[in-house]
Amino acid sequence: MTDVVKSYPPSQKGGDPVVAIDGVSIEVEHGDVYGIIGYSGAGKSTLVRLVNGLEKATSGSIVVNGTEITSLKERSMRTVRGDIGMIFQQFNLFNSKTVAKNVAYPLEVAGRPAAEITARVTEMLAFVGLSDKAKNYPDQLSGGQKQRVGIARALATSPSLLLADEATSALDPETTSEVLSLLDRVNRELGVTIILITHEMDVIRSLATKVAVMDGGRIVERGDVFDVFSRPQNPASARFVSTVVQGVPSPVEVQTLRTRHDGRIVTFSFRDGNNSQAQVFLDLAATGIRFELVYGGINDIRGRAFGHLTLALQGEYAAIDAALARIGSYSEVTEVH
Amino acid sequence: MEKLLDLLPQLGEAAWETLYIVAASLVFGGIAGLLIGLGLYVTRPGSILENRVAFTVINVLVNIFRPIPFIIFIAAIQPLARLVLGTGIGNGALIFAISIGAAFGISRIVEQNLLTVSPGVIEAARAAGAGPLYIVRTVLLPEALGPLILGYTFVLVVLVDMTAVGGYIGGGGIGNFAIQYGYRQFNPIVTWAAVLVVIVFVQLIQFFGNALARKIMRR
Ligand SMILES: Nc1ncnc2c1ncn2[C@@H]1O[C@H](COP(=O)(O)OP(=O)(O)O)[C@@H](O)[C@H]1O
Ligand SMILES: [Mg+2]
Repeated sequence: MTDVVKSYPPSQKGGDPVVAIDGVSIEVEHGDVYGIIGYSGAGKSTLVRLVNGLEKATSGSIVVNGTEITSLKERSMRTVRGDIGMIFQQFNLFNSKTVAKNVAYPLEVAGRPAAEITARVTEMLAFVGLSDKAKNYPDQLSGGQKQRVGIARALATSPSLLLADEATSALDPETTSEVLSLLDRVNRELGVTIILITHEMDVIRSLATKVAVMDGGRIVERGDVFDVFSRPQNPASARFVSTVVQGVPSPVEVQTLRTRHDGRIVTFSFRDGNNSQAQVFLDLAATGIRFELVYGGINDIRGRAFGHLTLALQGEYAAIDAALARIGSYSEVTEVH
Repeated sequence: MEKLLDLLPQLGEAAWETLYIVAASLVFGGIAGLLIGLGLYVTRPGSILENRVAFTVINVLVNIFRPIPFIIFIAAIQPLARLVLGTGIGNGALIFAISIGAAFGISRIVEQNLLTVSPGVIEAARAAGAGPLYIVRTVLLPEALGPLILGYTFVLVVLVDMTAVGGYIGGGGIGNFAIQYGYRQFNPIVTWAAVLVVIVFVQLIQFFGNALARKIMRR
């Protein structure tokens, strides 16, 4: 997407148009699991609906698999949609059709021969582990099973791109991780690119390779998931990160910590690539400082670790200063006052 | 009572007439109402064939014709019946009037039932690349089928009601029977026999309509 704007007509006459997407440029590469996170109303759904042409951009350019779609007529747009799967928060299964018929639907739309449809439906239901439910109706399934049918339906035509709009937001935590690991298989085994819309940072953490943070119709921060999690630059990003990562204690939390622990409170921040954590503890121990872990933790993002450990240090003031200076030369140290 | 026994052949004839007038009106009016209702649904703002002008035109037409009391409508439409059928009286003209008169009301019922289909389901079909008419045929109508059957069950009962004024333009049916042999001859027993037949009709319609809808909705 390049400089994409989407505005809706004003809700009442004479009002201002609603600018849902306010100049967004973003590039999703083949094989990415690109997470897009933001609060409700940030414009995430609108953004993803622009990709398969369910909404038309007001201005800007959108290229999908080499095709500029903003100038396409509705009829040609339908062909492009055949190569883009979509799953939804409310699953949106056809209640009047069996599970097998739901999965068959995009293939029927594409006019595939009956024999091919039957074979593909069987294959997809096996992939999502619902072969035994082929003849059931959606209202006989649990939420997790419904979403797995949704995934099978979205992938029936072997699309190269899957759009997931809050795909796990209606599910309980256990079912969420089940669906997330299925999506992970979709990406790894089938090589499908995924654009993952969510308001839950945990979903980004467990699945995404890249992330963009949306706020007020704009992308306010983007990058590798690891980078955004370990060093969020934007306040909105930092708030999202803090929902899943215990970082530096807030002033209120520091107050509480002080009532329970004596000594100086210092936060050590770690990012992977160096094993400085062991060195920090060695250096503290060598100077005879008593230390106690009071806050924080180490997080793992797709095999890379980072975190913030806040310690209460007790000992001679000068000795602590010397130790902190020494540690500060190879690690990030913040004393909390 | 004896009088009623004498009139049994006429009562049977009238019941039969009501049945076929209702059936024919259901076919013509039901299809016309379905089409108008679909038109309202697909052209409304935000729908799959959104079209402000078409929606407004259909909407206004429905609003104009639907509230006309049927006994007036039947007279008002008579010249058109003469033009189309060559006659303004009899069961043919009655079916003609009921079909048109009911179509507008039916279109609202159809529209309301179609609106019960979740927009998300329509969106899923669009995302799969389906076009508007394909969506109507493969998703919209199947998804709304249960409520539509209940809607048409209600319509059938209304159609039975509409046939009752058939005698007004020389048509037959139970209503005509009740007025001609019951009311005009001061014979309440005959009138009540007609009422009984109508009650049986309505109960049967309700029973089968509900059963069918239950089967379709699998609950
Ligand atoms: N069809 C529409 N008409 C008018 N405004 C809309 C429409 N769809 C979305 N919006 C507005 O656009 C903004 C972004 O909405 P949305 O993309 O649904 O956000 P999100 O998915 O991040 O919650 C909101 O302010 C919403 O009210
Ligand atoms: Mg949304």
